[in-house]
Amino acid sequence: MKKDKKEHALNFETPFQYAPAPESTAPVKLKERYALFIDGKFQAPSKGIYLPSINPATEETLALVAVADESDVNKAVKAAANAYKGVWGKLPGKERAKYIYRIARILQERAREFAILETMNGGKPIRESRDIDIPLAAAHFFYYAGWADKLDYAFPGRKAQALGVAGQIIPWNFPLLMAAWKIAPALATGNTVVLKPAETTPLTALLLAELIQEADLPPGVVNIITGAGETGAAIVRHPLVNKIAFTGSTEVGKLIQRSLAGTDKRYTLELGGKAANIIFEDAALDQAVEGIINAIFFNQGHVCCAGSRLFVQESVADQVMRKLRDRMSTLRIGDPLDKNTDIGAINSKEQLQKIQGLVKKGIAEGGDMYQADCSIPKKGFWFKPTLFTGVSASSTIVKEEIFGPVLSIQTFRTADEVIEKANNTPYGLSGGVWTDKGSKIFKVSKQLKAGVVWANTYNKFDPTSPFGGYKESGLGREGGLHGLAPYVHLV
Amino acid sequence: MATKANRLEILKTYKLYIDGKFPRSESGRHYLVKSKNGNGIANACLASRKDLRDAIVAARKAQDAWAARSAYNRGQILYRIAEMLEGRKAQFMEEMIAQGYTVGQATNELQSSIDRLVHYAGWSDKYQAIFSAVNPVDSSHFNFSVPEAMGVVGILCEEKSALIGLVSLIAPAIVGGNTCVVLSSESKPLCASTFGEVLHASDVPAGVVNILTGSRAELIKTYASHMDVNALVFDASGESLKTIQSEAAANVKRCIHLMDDWSQAKSQSPYHIMNTQEIKTTWHPIGV
Repeated sequence: MKKDKKEHALNFETPFQYAPAPESTAPVKLKERYALFIDGKFQAPSKGIYLPSINPATEETLALVAVADESDVNKAVKAAANAYKGVWGKLPGKERAKYIYRIARILQERAREFAILETMNGGKPIRESRDIDIPLAAAHFFYYAGWADKLDYAFPGRKAQALGVAGQIIPWNFPLLMAAWKIAPALATGNTVVLKPAETTPLTALLLAELIQEADLPPGVVNIITGAGETGAAIVRHPLVNKIAFTGSTEVGKLIQRSLAGTDKRYTLELGGKAANIIFEDAALDQAVEGIINAIFFNQGHVCCAGSRLFVQESVADQVMRKLRDRMSTLRIGDPLDKNTDIGAINSKEQLQKIQGLVKKGIAEGGDMYQADCSIPKKGFWFKPTLFTGVSASSTIVKEEIFGPVLSIQTFRTADEVIEKANNTPYGLSGGVWTDKGSKIFKVSKQLKAGVVWANTYNKFDPTSPFGGYKESGLGREGGLHGLAPYVHLV
Repeated sequence: MATKANRLEILKTYKLYIDGKFPRSESGRHYLVKSKNGNGIANACLASRKDLRDAIVAARKAQDAWAARSAYNRGQILYRIAEMLEGRKAQFMEEMIAQGYTVGQATNELQSSIDRLVHYAGWSDKYQAIFSAVNPVDSSHFNFSVPEAMGVVGILCEEKSALIGLVSLIAPAIVGGNTCVVLSSESKPLCASTFGEVLHASDVPAGVVNILTGSRAELIKTYASHMDVNALVFDASGESLKTIQSEAAANVKRCIHLMDDWSQAKSQSPYHIMNTQEIKTTWHPIGV
């Protein structure tokens, strides 16, 4: 009896080891090459150019993807304009709704396949694509489907009319989810769509095109065309496009805003961020530390609303730093398809180089860097979770959006001080506040110039909840009731 | 303006309204305002880019405190502006007529302007309820979205009206907690300048509304490209529309391009308030 007990005693001396738990890629049946989805059919690009799309965790080519040029863009926009005039613009809201519900349902059914492909193409942990990206994308379609026949209730005193053709350009950090954020409200309000996924992550959008065929959506209502910046620019310029919805960098957002000047085109921009995550001394610190980790390391930090500027009240700074380093040592970085992985691959070589460059600058400017002690795979693009202390408001890594797993940490003494520091940025997308005092939450969250404030939580998203920035983080909202307005004309 | 035989009339000097004061242009420049038949009526300040920048500084300084006033208080102040304008009808009538209005036109525009202020005064504590939302998220969180002032709003008034175009754009901006820097109609600046005096006597804090008179062509680029202006409400077309919208990209400025017949009752709407509001969404966990 005594001996038995000893054998089963828990040993805390060594860290727990996790056996590999890889998700099988069997459900994903990739084609060798993907053409452009225009007018309900997959059509070869006019110049016949295809570029490889890779897995950033292995650097292996997954498929060849078409590059759309100006004439392909023209074809897609015309298909969308015809579909708007001929079918979709005339369809009663309740019928539009049923098509969108259908998309939501099929996406739910095929969720596993989408999640695996999202992870293969983008490098994000399967835990996130399975539990967050794909379910949220389906929920988004489900939510906006319901609005299609209820628009008379959304705008008191006014009637909502569709705009026509929406040109939509989306980024690589949440490829399918961003497609859902764009397509669902556009269709619900009676618009037709030309969507361009990001150059590095087009595959789930193309799978969505197949799903849209399966849902029997009328041809031309949704067109999905692939390519790089030039393809996006051709969409923005096209005279038959009535609205542009863009998610991406502030730099490109400004270019788009400039190029739309003098036209009647409506636009919404969801751009960069450099969010303050504020920890007060009276916060539940263990929860706050989990929040800090989630705020900056979720999706490898490839999140426009990432809590990349941490502000800790001076009295608890040492304690928070210790807990933060301890927690970082337990993060598992590696194979994104492994169900135990916390941090996957950096999305592309280009992005990795950008992160490396900014971190180098952070060190050169005198910042103290700390990185989690972990091994990273030999192939693929990886960056260790990284903290910087000894930085100030003028440090490059505090000012610029890094879009990677790099957190800068500063301290503060009073609420007024931290509000001023938090707002000292041209960005204004999001922010975090951690305190157990309700009145303090309301004081701080009211004064943060940001579109989304997470109090005692971080990086939560929901189709019913509007998302979008103040200042140079963009204009317009996506999600919720407020996400309808950018797609309608009120009369 | 006509003088009685035995007394020389005192002519009014029309000035700018910046930070609760009535300065002349720092540049010392002025321009002659003419009547319909081309006779000079008065001199107005020809505001410089420096005047504009000073006004923006004043507007920024005033914004947080103005937004922090209670909605009830902002409503009271807007109503007070209407009261003061009602009391000074005679002066505005005289200025409008001098600038080419008939008595009937002037009366209509003045009455509509006063009523418009009353209309927006009433919205001060109501639009939030209509445009806010409690969002039923699929997780254990309380989540709500509320409108909040964009900040400093540049307003470029239409050319054709002396007062209603000005009032119709200022009222929805300030009732929502914004501060503003207004450029009046270039050819009809007199009422704009006098409206500053009305604001000054209505408990509107210094800097909340700043009014410039001068050349639109000269100031338009500074308005559009200034990094501390959050939104621009304007009426423009052709090249100037393109200039405004293009320069505005410098800081992702919100461009609200409005062309309307402001004399119509249907041109007032809470959606005009929402044009210069951001939506802020706040999340909080539900638990113990």
